[in-house]
Amino acid sequence: MKPYTIQLMICAGTGCVSNQSFEIKEVLEKEIKKHNLQNEAMVVTTGCNGFCGAGPIMVVQPDGIFYQYLKVTDIPYLVEEHLVKGRPVKKFMYVPPKEEIPIPRMNKIPFFSGQTLVALRNRGMIDPEFIEDYIARGGYRALAKVLTTMSPDEVLKEIKKSGLRGRGGGGFPTGVKWETCKKIPGDRKFVICNADEGDPGAFMDRSIIEGDPHSVIEGMIIGAYAIENVREGYIYVRMEYPLAIKRFNIAVQQAKDNGLLGDNIFDTNFCFDIKVRRGAGAFVCGESTALMASIMGNPGEPRAKYIHTVEKGLYDCPTCLNNVETWANIPQIVLKGADWFTGIGTGDVTHDPWGGSKGTKVFSLAGKVNNTGLVEVPMGITLREIVFNVGGGIRDGKRFKAVQTGGPSGGFIPESLVDLPVDYDELTKVGSMMGSGGMVVLDENNCMVDMAKFFLRFTQDESCGKCVPCREGTKRMYDILYRITKGEGKEEDLDLLEELSNMIVESSLCALGGSAPNPVLTSLKYFREEYLTHVRDKKCPAKVCRELLTFSIDPEKCLENGHGCGVCEKNCPDGAIYGEKKNVHFIDSMKCGKCGVCFDVCKFGAITVE
Amino acid sequence: MAKLKIEDLEKITEEFKRKMTLREGAGRVKITVHLGTCGIAAGARKIMNSFMEEIEKSKATDIIMTTSGCAGLCSREPMATVEVIGNAPIKYVDLTIDKVKIIFDKHVMKGAFVQEYALSVGSEKIQ
Ligand SMILES: Cc1cc2nc3c(=O)[nH]c(=O)nc-3n(C[C@H](O)[C@H](O)[C@H](O)COP(=O)(O)O)c2cc1C
Ligand code: SF4
Ligand code: SF4
Ligand code: SF4
Repeated sequence: MKPYTIQLMICAGTGCVSNQSFEIKEVLEKEIKKHNLQNEAMVVTTGCNGFCGAGPIMVVQPDGIFYQYLKVTDIPYLVEEHLVKGRPVKKFMYVPPKEEIPIPRMNKIPFFSGQTLVALRNRGMIDPEFIEDYIARGGYRALAKVLTTMSPDEVLKEIKKSGLRGRGGGGFPTGVKWETCKKIPGDRKFVICNADEGDPGAFMDRSIIEGDPHSVIEGMIIGAYAIENVREGYIYVRMEYPLAIKRFNIAVQQAKDNGLLGDNIFDTNFCFDIKVRRGAGAFVCGESTALMASIMGNPGEPRAKYIHTVEKGLYDCPTCLNNVETWANIPQIVLKGADWFTGIGTGDVTHDPWGGSKGTKVFSLAGKVNNTGLVEVPMGITLREIVFNVGGGIRDGKRFKAVQTGGPSGGFIPESLVDLPVDYDELTKVGSMMGSGGMVVLDENNCMVDMAKFFLRFTQDESCGKCVPCREGTKRMYDILYRITKGEGKEEDLDLLEELSNMIVESSLCALGGSAPNPVLTSLKYFREEYLTHVRDKKCPAKVCRELLTFSIDPEKCLENGHGCGVCEKNCPDGAIYGEKKNVHFIDSMKCGKCGVCFDVCKFGAITVE
Repeated sequence: MAKLKIEDLEKITEEFKRKMTLREGAGRVKITVHLGTCGIAAGARKIMNSFMEEIEKSKATDIIMTTSGCAGLCSREPMATVEVIGNAPIKYVDLTIDKVKIIFDKHVMKGAFVQEYALSVGSEKIQ
């Protein structure tokens, strides 16, 4: 192959693709040809880099120069400067918030240097559509090791010892799940990869699949070998992930073509194959029993789990379901050993598989932080490190208020607990959860009642309706929250919310209902004062709940700064503002529809909101 | 397509190793040829090509070859910097194809830098 001297790694994850990274690639290649550099510079499309807020992103190797916010029109200049003249271009580099000097190298940018990559170890390094890239980075070595040097029992023992826990929500110890499935008698068993990823705003799994699909496939083959009597596997991907489905299909086909799936893998008598299935799009289809029902062509509704799916799952056969990220961890644990894995994280899992949280976790960092995107950090890292170091702190110098972890049914963690180490048990203790790794950062401009209402709206919409407490209870809770944000709340509502929450948690069939009240419960626990201000004083301290706001005009500012310019009067849709030109203006609060237009249009800061 | 055997994994890795080493910025030795306008005029591209030929010939996969801009010493072009990872980078000046061969042999492969062609011991920074 050609001895290239420069590789341009351009991100082709869903985020960057929607920002034209494929067009950028085309122009790059054209410009490279124009300068006759095609034998020196190679353009590679990679999976998601994680720094999605700054996309499209390109990393120039071997120097690791990081470029962000690229546009098609920037490319000719960039090629000319960097590739022809050899001068990295500062204006496309990352500049930390509040600073002026750019950081040229990717591994020096705190967003990247604060991370530990295990599940995402190949991100930005390989072209996910080439199996050779995966192999060249150590891929399928774990499978070779397992098939030639380890018995299924030994593999199981290693996974158990690693303390790996499910990354899809429940945090169930993976080794224990495999072992249970293995012990149940049966000569037809299944493994399934849960790639339904329904949490709004979460894209950890999508990113792994789009960037490194073979790591998931290799994990599944190893799982099938360890559990035994597993010849069939399914990957269940949500329909809304077309690129992920495409990459999985390509990867499965490549694995088949190379004999890594199918009969007699690596000339052993081990046989295993994988089918890719598209999810039907409902959030609840990510739940284990609903997911299996959906694969079998039945409506995606959970069933009672008196009998677990490891006993009777798909087609009533013992079935082991794991999340995308869980599977992607398996090859690394096999290659590097359980001891390496337990060296990262919290607690002690030597005797108790629930005794700690080992390894890393991928989070999708969203909300009011400077650096939004996907981050993989060691278990036990504090929320402070994630928010202020990796996340680069709160945007626009605002005050940090809370972080919501665990997806729509996770809880809020207030600023006072910012030094909490992030692991399964600590998060549960404070009323939230790990979930699949959603992390939404809130600042002083977020109203907690409004946020609780927002998340409850989602879960209430997605309830499958099978059980009354979940179906009706979440609806009633939503109505109460809606009332409070409208200024029609009563103090008793807070107790009623708590009572309803506890009832729903206790009497729901699946974890959707079982966790849906978390945002309400934790906001009540940590931000009770804010609720009380809403119901007693009919005010919203964060100035979010419009119905509770009062708009007025500061007469001094209006007259002295603005000379009664009258702009607000012209723009008010309700005709609620009066005043002579060059004189003080007034708002008639009876007429005011609280739209906020006057606040936006007054250039003199004369409109006050309370 | 033929079924992969375990040995094939290593073969594929070897075949792609040079590409991966460059991509990872890893490697044992990094050679940087300065390809500024003045460098190119002085024949830096020829120098780069002969380094590449040497790498090819040696079959080594742990050498990264890359280019950078003008080093600010236009009178001494063509120039190249050789950095054995862990040691200070060495700048070589007034290069010719014969010098490249010697530098490659002695410094890149055996780790002993060639004093008489070297400019100074110093570090290279990206501005
Ligand atoms: C309503 C609901 C939605 C879920 N959605 C997902 C999902 O999108 N992805 C996922 O991996 N697990 C999801 N789960 C958790 C799964 O039921 C299951 O616990 C998980 O896939 C097991 O894999 P793990 O042990 O590797 O985490 C969901 C659970 C519930 C109750
Ligand atoms: S708890 Fe909710 S989502 Fe789960 S089965 Fe019952 S109604 Fe359906
Ligand atoms: S826009 Fe501002 S300054 Fe002008 S009249 Fe209205 S309140 Fe006064
Ligand atoms: S908030 Fe809207 S309706 Fe009320 S006074 Fe201002 S512009 Fe008019």
